[in-house]
Amino acid sequence: MTTTSAEAALFGILAPLMVLAALGLLFVKRAVHAAVCVVFVMICLAILYVANEAAFLGVVQVVVYTGAVMMLFLFVLMLVGVDSADSLTETIKGQRWIGIVFGIGLLVVLLGVVASTSHDLPPAVGLEIANAQTNPTGLAAILFGNYVVAMEVIGVLLVTAALAGLVLTHRRRLGVHRNQRTLARERVAAIPQGRTLAPLPAPGVYAQNNAMDTPALGPDGQPLEHSVPRVLRIRGQQKTAAEVLTAEETLRSRLGLPSVGVDEPEAAITDGVSASPTSDDAEEARD
Amino acid sequence: MPVTNYLILAVILFSIGATTVLLRRNAIIVFMGIELMLNATNLAFVTFARIHGDLTGQVLAFFVMVVAAAEVVVGLAIIVTIFRTRRSASVDDVNLLNG
Repeated sequence: MTTTSAEAALFGILAPLMVLAALGLLFVKRAVHAAVCVVFVMICLAILYVANEAAFLGVVQVVVYTGAVMMLFLFVLMLVGVDSADSLTETIKGQRWIGIVFGIGLLVVLLGVVASTSHDLPPAVGLEIANAQTNPTGLAAILFGNYVVAMEVIGVLLVTAALAGLVLTHRRRLGVHRNQRTLARERVAAIPQGRTLAPLPAPGVYAQNNAMDTPALGPDGQPLEHSVPRVLRIRGQQKTAAEVLTAEETLRSRLGLPSVGVDEPEAAITDGVSASPTSDDAEEARD
Repeated sequence: MPVTNYLILAVILFSIGATTVLLRRNAIIVFMGIELMLNATNLAFVTFARIHGDLTGQVLAFFVMVVAAAEVVVGLAIIVTIFRTRRSASVDDVNLLNG
């Protein structure tokens, strides 16, 4: 049986592309690129299934292989490290050449089998009669008629595989579990070291502008340097107390308001949390 | 175009998958080679179903897909476990049974 010319054209376009993508699996350096190549092959296979009157399998191919299996592959790649490249040292001498010879030999043998037996195949029947009541209906009749037991066993297999995945990737907890109670206790215990219980003030509150690098003003009009985010303080990008106070003073004198004490900004800053980056800050910034 | 061209494509894809398993060292790529081989057999199944006018071939391809999904779960879990203990995804580094 020969196919329609439209299908022949589809095959003629897709088949070389699929072989190229599959060869990419063989030659590409990075595992992610290989995964993308395999995804391409699988989507093309889904199209070919539909062309082969297997619409249900085409959809399942996209959902199961492209949607689930390959995404699982990519997920594990992210877990294992995207950059993990192949080691090129040969542990078995001449393994590469043996592998290539085996691969080409397998190709030749299988092609020979197909070429020699394809003449003996009966003339292709096509699935018009089998697919008379749509493809999924025909499949379901066989699946739940002749293969019910196999279907049940497949269910058991899937449950077992799910359990195996859970057990194999289970990791025992190494440290003590830190729950909300222990966190609260730690915070209270850190008060003598100068930590506060309450959250830090937001930057820029009551100041001239609410930019992240502008310290908030306290109720006494003094800038609170610890309101600026840690990262900016460590980088030294925050506005200093003197700058803020000078700006405040200029604004106040322009508006004709009484001035606040510019002389002793230190007193307001140093109580509570230290303004300069502490060792704690540096530690957390590294995280 | 004869329908057997699909079989030739399946054979080529299967050989490439097998060669990948033989040549590549990264366990994940080796696994993708296995997937490619399974897909190639599925294509052959679907083609034979069309040649014989019998949907049983498609049912078998469906079973192959389900088994492949289960196999991927277990295989990738094994790869993750090996990576955790040996910090490597290369099949050469799994040599505890090396004499």
